[in-house]
Amino acid sequence: MGTLRLFPDQASTIAPEVDHLLYFLLAVAVFFTLGIFLSILYFAIRYRRRSDRELPHVIHGGLTLEILWSVIPFGLTMVMFTWGASVFFRESRPPDHALQIYVVGKQWMWKLQHMEGQREINELHIPLGRPVRLTMTSEDVIHSFYVPAFRTKQDVVPGRYSTTWFQPTKAGRYHLFCAEYCGTNHSRMIGWIDVMEPQDYQNWLSGGAPQGTLAESGQKLFESLACVNCHKADGTGRCPSLVGVFGNTVHLAGGGTVTANEEYIRESILRPDAKIVAGYQPVMPTFQGLVTEEGVVQLIEYIKSLGQKPGGTGR
Amino acid sequence: MITEAVQGRETYLNASYGIKSWLFTKDHKRIGLLYLATITLFFFLGGAFATAIRLELLTPQGGLVSSDTYNKLFTMHGVAMIFFFLIPSIPATLGNFFLPMMIGARDLAFPRINLLSWYLLVIGGLFALFAMLVGGVDTGWTFYTPYSTTYSNTWVIATALGIFVAGFSSILTGLNFIVTVHRMRAPGMTWFRLPLFVWSHYATALIQVLGTPVLAVTIVLVFCERVFHIGIFDPALGGDPILFQHLFWFYSHPAVYIMVLPAMGVISELVSTFSRKPVFGYHFVAFASVAIAVLGFLVWGHHLFVSGQSLYAGMVFSFLSYFVAIPSAIKVFNWTATLYKGSISYATPMLYAFGFVGLFTIGGLTGLFVACLGIDVHVTDTYFVVAHFHYIMVGGAIMAYLGGLHYWWPKMTGRMYPEGWAKLSALVIFLGFNLTFFPQFILGYLGMPRRYHVYPPEFQVLHVLSTAGASVLAAGYVIPMAYFIWSLRYGKVASSNPWGATGLEWKTASPPPPHNFDETPVVTHEAYDYSTVMGEVIEVG
Amino acid sequence: MASEAHAETLALREQFDTAAQQKDASTLGMWIFLITEVMFFGGLFLAYTVYRSLYPESFGLASSTLNEIIGAANTAVLLCSSFTMVLAVRAAQLGQRRTIMLFLVLTIILGLAFLGIKGFEWTEKFHEHHVPGPTFHLEGTAMQGQAQLFFSLYFAMTGLHALHMVVGCGIMFYLLWATYRGRYSAEYYTPVDVGGLYWHFVDIIWIFLFPLLYLIDRHLK
Repeated sequence: MGTLRLFPDQASTIAPEVDHLLYFLLAVAVFFTLGIFLSILYFAIRYRRRSDRELPHVIHGGLTLEILWSVIPFGLTMVMFTWGASVFFRESRPPDHALQIYVVGKQWMWKLQHMEGQREINELHIPLGRPVRLTMTSEDVIHSFYVPAFRTKQDVVPGRYSTTWFQPTKAGRYHLFCAEYCGTNHSRMIGWIDVMEPQDYQNWLSGGAPQGTLAESGQKLFESLACVNCHKADGTGRCPSLVGVFGNTVHLAGGGTVTANEEYIRESILRPDAKIVAGYQPVMPTFQGLVTEEGVVQLIEYIKSLGQKPGGTGR
Repeated sequence: MITEAVQGRETYLNASYGIKSWLFTKDHKRIGLLYLATITLFFFLGGAFATAIRLELLTPQGGLVSSDTYNKLFTMHGVAMIFFFLIPSIPATLGNFFLPMMIGARDLAFPRINLLSWYLLVIGGLFALFAMLVGGVDTGWTFYTPYSTTYSNTWVIATALGIFVAGFSSILTGLNFIVTVHRMRAPGMTWFRLPLFVWSHYATALIQVLGTPVLAVTIVLVFCERVFHIGIFDPALGGDPILFQHLFWFYSHPAVYIMVLPAMGVISELVSTFSRKPVFGYHFVAFASVAIAVLGFLVWGHHLFVSGQSLYAGMVFSFLSYFVAIPSAIKVFNWTATLYKGSISYATPMLYAFGFVGLFTIGGLTGLFVACLGIDVHVTDTYFVVAHFHYIMVGGAIMAYLGGLHYWWPKMTGRMYPEGWAKLSALVIFLGFNLTFFPQFILGYLGMPRRYHVYPPEFQVLHVLSTAGASVLAAGYVIPMAYFIWSLRYGKVASSNPWGATGLEWKTASPPPPHNFDETPVVTHEAYDYSTVMGEVIEVG
Repeated sequence: MASEAHAETLALREQFDTAAQQKDASTLGMWIFLITEVMFFGGLFLAYTVYRSLYPESFGLASSTLNEIIGAANTAVLLCSSFTMVLAVRAAQLGQRRTIMLFLVLTIILGLAFLGIKGFEWTEKFHEHHVPGPTFHLEGTAMQGQAQLFFSLYFAMTGLHALHMVVGCGIMFYLLWATYRGRYSAEYYTPVDVGGLYWHFVDIIWIFLFPLLYLIDRHLK
């Protein structure tokens, strides 16, 4: 039957924070539960009915009591809210220097891509002690990327990117579960996160990816899909040059601006009419159906690498 | 009031005979019983699905049923229990029966609409039943898009149609209750003399009327998407699957208050009667009911913390979710304080009331955990949430429903249930319930996701405990079924007020005459004034 | 004033103590029902608002292909029908049976006119290939999915409204028949009153639909 565990591993920087928050809520919950249970027990015994003729003295209520037992619990809940919100805030903001991993969820498997080109299915190798940022999308229905040992979870939605991050603190193998019901094999859409010592991770990485890094694959796609015909690097094409565009502000026709992040690049590939760069015509055809989500990710990494110093393996 | 012999006296049960007199009745009491029969059927259907689920979860590799079948089982368990049992339960049975009597009216404002409500539940139920029989539906009761609209190959439309129709049943009941409470109170029955049962049903009715139409239109959109592929929830066509979640939870969160507020109303009555004291802080409990109804509409986004909605939206919804916890806490404290210096009886309804207060406290406190952003990221979509809502819905609402059934059984049927068996069942249910659902909190924090039928072996011990509890719980539910039916023929004949309770319903005979009151009563006392019933003989102490 | 159980009449059903109580209850009931209808349409309005703000160009282009003359004509028709309905209620207050029937008939005619004009408009849309489905195509944009979404919402919202109009006409026919049978008088005309409330509500929904669907950003055409 297996041994009985009562508590999951703490394997990320945020896990102890979440658990401390849990202990606080547990303490409050146990206090009030015991308080109510024992009060009921005491009153029920002490004031049990001894005769049918009893008519208890009427006590309608007490304003002071009502205020006390409204304000004090409210104060406690506000502490819970603030503390929880601050943990959540940290969970939502990946550090800048995080290792970038791309995740594509589909019925019923996880496809993960490293910047260096390694592809994994249902398994993710990551180094100890570095923050890891996941940029994720789904090919079909909503899934959710859940690693209980890290205390992180984020829904993976078709049509957009969602991100999550964690920094592992303990080497080992941890469960990965899909946590949003997605059909027949939802219970089997599981895997492992392998946290390795940094040296072991480097060794694993250097096993290499035959197809090259994500950016290299992206370059091949960029050429084979003929993007290079319009998006000339020197800006003489019909479409804007993409050198150095990633991370910068783009001025749009119609007046607005947008930051060129992964979501923007993905949208530009799949729904080019959505945002037109100022000074250009809406001539780009959509590549929906012509490029997979993994392909989009590779193109994004290629575009990121343009205008970057050569030799970088992820920022 | 003196005990009256049933024989020779006209009651709502013997005033007319034959199936047509029931199927075309306008009497709210008969309609309450029609509902009682219908929802009991759906309860046992939902319970059968639950049994299958718990059996499958005994072993980590499952094996009793296929994945597809399991997905249908948990979906249909949820659909049957939520839409066809819990949402109607207390309001449509006890509310229909007693709300008019409690305010001194002869019936609800719109008796024929009341009957229509029952027919709508039955028709909706037939659609859902049809879907279950011809192949089932596997989207989860939450039928998230795009799985439900584009990918599922099961009977989504039939089930959704059933829920749509049943929704109108709920809306019309709510409409009826609101108008009744506003316009049909007897002379002297001011708002603050109303039993708290009426206050909580009024608050519930507000939610039914305002929230259910949004579910209805959401179902219409799911129908259009599934049948016509309009693209509203399909990203490939520019739609947004998260929009569905917002629309769905805008109803479904307030819906949980539809399920629990009436239960709270029952508990107020039980705690008062079996302490022989007014509920402590009557005004606060009354206002808390309305506050829960209003605040309940502001917190739906706490189901979307990890959905991809913005960080700031998450913060707002978490903040507001803590507000809605406070009125519930106020009620728990007030019920407990009512016991102080009371005259406490251990009759079965009071045992259920104790059970409710304890288990609702645990369920409600664990709500604070899931409202907490930092914790919810870890526990959402795990068994922690499953445990949380079952503590409230089963440990809370169903216990209150059973308590109310026992309490008002003599009034409805003119018979007492057997007290010994009843106390035993209450105990069995309490123990079975906790054994079933407490391990699930631990399972959830360990990381066991919802809606899984295959799981890592380290979770097995807790699942075995849970299934063991479920068998005890099932037994606990079957025993009352048996003795309630038994009591109809062999139970002790009940007086008009066997509990020495206040409230206008206890001034009539057991069972009541067809028009409740031959003359509209005039109310001159405050609620829960036990000095007015000192002459009553209390049958069960 | 305690009231005894009594035999039932139209104006005083057995659950009520006085006719005034019954009238109040019926009116309150209809108002609450109309609030549920607001919540029902509200979901569609919300979806429309969300997508309109996400895709202003596609929705603007699609909206500009709607025939605003027909839309305006329909608005005028409905406003007139609400006027005739008010006159019917007024006649009911005065107990003028024939006048009630006259104005109910006019209301029905106007209601049917609305539906006829809508049918003509939808047929036009069908021939222009603006009906969502395999044959959908809107000129002037590559974002066909978004344009189709506009028309899906357009047909859903105007369709739901038209369905309510049909029900409304049905209610009017019933009231016409009941008036003919002499059921209403100056003392009891509540069904005409609450029927009128329903009719006005359906009119108001259209007053919101028309500008939201037809008129916003029309100058950008």
